[in-house]
Amino acid sequence: MADRPVPVVEKRLMDVKLGELGTWMGGRDFTPNGLLSSVRRGYERYYNKYINVKKGGIGGLAMLLAGYITLSYVWEYNHIKHDRWRKYH
Amino acid sequence: MTMNLFNQFLSPTFLGLPLIAIALMAPCLLYPSPAPWWQSNRWTTLQNWFIGSFIKQILSPINTKGHSWALLLATLMVFLITLNTLGLLPYTFTPTTQLSLNMAFAVPLWLATVIMGFRNSPTHALGHLLPEGTPTPLVPILIIIESISLLIRPLALGVRLTANLTAGHLLIQLVSSAAFSLLLSQTTAASLAVGLLLLLTILEVAVAMIQAYVFVLLLSLYLQENV
Repeated sequence: MADRPVPVVEKRLMDVKLGELGTWMGGRDFTPNGLLSSVRRGYERYYNKYINVKKGGIGGLAMLLAGYITLSYVWEYNHIKHDRWRKYH
Repeated sequence: MTMNLFNQFLSPTFLGLPLIAIALMAPCLLYPSPAPWWQSNRWTTLQNWFIGSFIKQILSPINTKGHSWALLLATLMVFLITLNTLGLLPYTFTPTTQLSLNMAFAVPLWLATVIMGFRNSPTHALGHLLPEGTPTPLVPILIIIESISLLIRPLALGVRLTANLTAGHLLIQLVSSAAFSLLLSQTTAASLAVGLLLLLTILEVAVAMIQAYVFVLLLSLYLQENV
């Protein structure tokens, strides 16, 4: 089954072949409005898949919080790395 | 490079960007906006129920004129409770441990209630400075004392929140480092410390929620006298 030809720039990232990556990156909208709209699109994808469902469980929220924890760890790493095997905290 | 316990409260920066800004935006992501259809998802229903019951309870002693503060009080409560509870997760930063933030919440809102009271009914607002039935010789001193207590309210609001959260985080850090260092040599002492740590964590979760509530409750009380 052959897919309909779609311009490279409009493909989703997972469908872009490795060789076409440069063209894809060059064509995307990196203006502040474009970045904001991509953040909003990503947020709505996550929201509609995990939270805005009839019987949503704790998983949707738990994934968000786990992501927040890892992000905080990454941000504070430079500060925390001094605490490893220090004698006096 | 200071090696003290208060390092965990330093406002973190990453590549020069203050992370407190991002930590402050975290609550916005966690609350879905209500949808226009009849039955929303579970999280939106839960959120609506919580905000509805909270506002009903907080606004019940306030007269109708003060009900315009409903949105502000609900937002404040949700924001504070989220910031406090998110700060209990590992490696996260609690913006409400910074006195600057809490004073930034307390002073403008308290001042708003006072100015509203003095603008709408100045005699009534000034009348709050003297409780009914005080003996005449005590009146001058009591007025001074009451005005001092009025002026100290924003300070108390801000410092209460800061101190409670900071103390809780500090205790958790102290007890956990004690438990960790005692783990191999004196295991019974370490197990006692771990038990204490469990209780402390439960206390901290409660304190996080209660402190947010107390902040908003006191504000609503100040509003009630002045509206």
